[in-house]
Amino acid sequence: MAAASFTAAKFLAPVAARSGGDRAPLHASSSLWPRTKPAPRLRTRKALAVSDVLSGNKAAPAAAAHPSATRDEALELYEDMVLGRFFEDMCAQMYYRGKMFGFVHLYNGQEAVSTGFIKLLNQADCVVSTYRDHVHALSKGVPPRSVMAELFGKATGCCRGQGGSMHMFSAPHNLLGGFAFIGEGIPVATGAAFAAKYRHEVLKESGPDGLDVTLAFFGDGTCNNGQFFECLNMAQLWKLPIVFVVENNLWAIGMSHVRATSDPEIWKKGPAFGMPGVHVDGMDVLKVREVAKEAIERARRGEGPTLVECETYRFRGHSLADPDELRKPDEKSHYAARDPIAALKKYIIEQNLATESELKSIEKKIDDVVEEAVEFADASPLPPRSQLLENVFSDPKGFGIGSDGKYRCEDPLFTQGTAQV
Amino acid sequence: MMCSIQITKGLLDKYGPDRVLDTPITEAGFTGIAVGAAYQGLRPVVEFMTFNFSMQAIDHIINSAAKSNYMSAGQISVPIVFRGPNGAAAGVGAQHSQCYAAWYAHVPGLKVLAPYSAEDARGLLKSAIRDPDPVVFLENELLYGESFPISAEVLDSSFSLPIGKAKIEREGKDITITAYSKMVGYALQAAEILSKEGISAEVINLRSIRPLDRAAINASVRKTNRLVTLEEGFPQHGVGSEICMSVVEESFEYLDAPVERIAGADVPMPYAANLERMAVPQVDDIVRAAKRACYRAAPMAATA
Repeated sequence: MAAASFTAAKFLAPVAARSGGDRAPLHASSSLWPRTKPAPRLRTRKALAVSDVLSGNKAAPAAAAHPSATRDEALELYEDMVLGRFFEDMCAQMYYRGKMFGFVHLYNGQEAVSTGFIKLLNQADCVVSTYRDHVHALSKGVPPRSVMAELFGKATGCCRGQGGSMHMFSAPHNLLGGFAFIGEGIPVATGAAFAAKYRHEVLKESGPDGLDVTLAFFGDGTCNNGQFFECLNMAQLWKLPIVFVVENNLWAIGMSHVRATSDPEIWKKGPAFGMPGVHVDGMDVLKVREVAKEAIERARRGEGPTLVECETYRFRGHSLADPDELRKPDEKSHYAARDPIAALKKYIIEQNLATESELKSIEKKIDDVVEEAVEFADASPLPPRSQLLENVFSDPKGFGIGSDGKYRCEDPLFTQGTAQV
Repeated sequence: MMCSIQITKGLLDKYGPDRVLDTPITEAGFTGIAVGAAYQGLRPVVEFMTFNFSMQAIDHIINSAAKSNYMSAGQISVPIVFRGPNGAAAGVGAQHSQCYAAWYAHVPGLKVLAPYSAEDARGLLKSAIRDPDPVVFLENELLYGESFPISAEVLDSSFSLPIGKAKIEREGKDITITAYSKMVGYALQAAEILSKEGISAEVINLRSIRPLDRAAINASVRKTNRLVTLEEGFPQHGVGSEICMSVVEESFEYLDAPVERIAGADVPMPYAANLERMAVPQVDDIVRAAKRACYRAAPMAATA
């Protein structure tokens, strides 16, 4: 049988036809795919966010009335976001002065997500983050001086200088890290949620509010990683009290989300596993807070996980070592105009919740807090040399206590044993 | 958390589905979930069908479990056990036959145990579960089928063996043979053969690969002056290398002969039965190495 001539176009043609209907393949510009005509509105866009796709599809539900906040709530949110922003700006300064070193990843621009979610949690609820974890730590209540001292590598840091920027842990605040590998925190968060459900249902240690909730924060790049899907499956299978919070800032280090992802609408991955998937404007703290409230309450009631995709943006590069040359200026200015702090400030003033000068005094207060944190960290000592070998194990001797209460390994006859071959 | 060769048979009936979980075959996910649960105070025992599959989850074993107590300066301890069969079975091919003792014992923050007998398995696993740190528990599929005599003390419900202590399985005065897991049985057989040739071999069952019982090994070498290290895994950077270095560091003047290292062949495990036999140490390999260390390469007796 004569083989038909096999060209790339013929091989790929059926795929192109399938996707040529409602929506053009979003990566039509890549050379791997045949040239199909993209829908005109997408072709003119340079910055392509999921919200652009949603509005293009008209698949998203109509935006509800803008959520509101009381004066106290709004001021709490404002103060927390300003703390996050000023702290990160100070980190950049300290880094360029050599006080901070290694890998430092700043959160500027994404404050609405951290504040919007974490300010709704109790002390017993858990937060698991990535290497971009300073602001999650601050929102969860870790004192700024502890975080700053940790970043300087001092003995007074929250991890005594052992962890550093990427590994923030605080047991009293239930901040379970700080992980360097993308996706690494997701199974750990799922496990913490498992423990919460286990304590509640099997050990019958009930909290007054319901289940303790765990939040897992991670980025758009992580949503293509295997363990993300493994955990979506198991969290829904066992109905764990967890919220998967995607901070989609369009860039995974230097990889653009739309170039890396077959279907960039991350929220859709939730329903594929049987849980609700929600897309929210991550530059608006009140919208984030409203979605967060619903998701956290669902988890607390035992209804299981939710996947929340927050469309957000980081104003700085991936890390302080990143020259940030890949992102286009108009994309950056598009999001700079949507600065969450400026947006909340505008809301507060327009709704007459507080005056300009009250907001200024909050900013001044935070300025002082951050300055004080730097002074504290500067004045703190480096870890003592003896700290190098500490804390490798929780119990260096290893368990081996006999029925008489003594360590077995101290008993000279013990290694004789009884087995014969 | 996975059913394997019926080690967990009966546990589901005894403890119920809340405590014995069947998971999907997604090692990275379920291992990380177990680590997260351990962070929050539960004591999970994670079962890998074989330790080869632990490579899918090794990031969590090392980065989320082993390093956490250190990174958090003691705030987050991880009382977790990773267990399962390790090393070669029979005819299962290259991807199902690797020994991971050297890999895991390399990492500070992990405790690595390798039981040989039934007494070892019971006592060490109990200690591993009660230990507040991550423990890698390397069993052996072929040993599951072997029977060992045990005393009443072993059957006691609180019987436990200390982590970090080796056991002298057979006392001797001419040469020390260190081994773990299945190789302990081979070493004991070799010791029997050697004794008929007038070589009295002391067999040490390491039990604990990390921390290594350096005191016991060195005390034995200072007594016998000769050492053969025995393991099933690949030779380069293996457990035997570490034991040799420990002896060189602490007991160099006591050595009367170079240290002999017996390990598996430096190849991925072949499938053919005759090649597989050649790729794993056999009893006569041990006997020959012991004789080399005793400078008695030719057999003394008429019977070999």
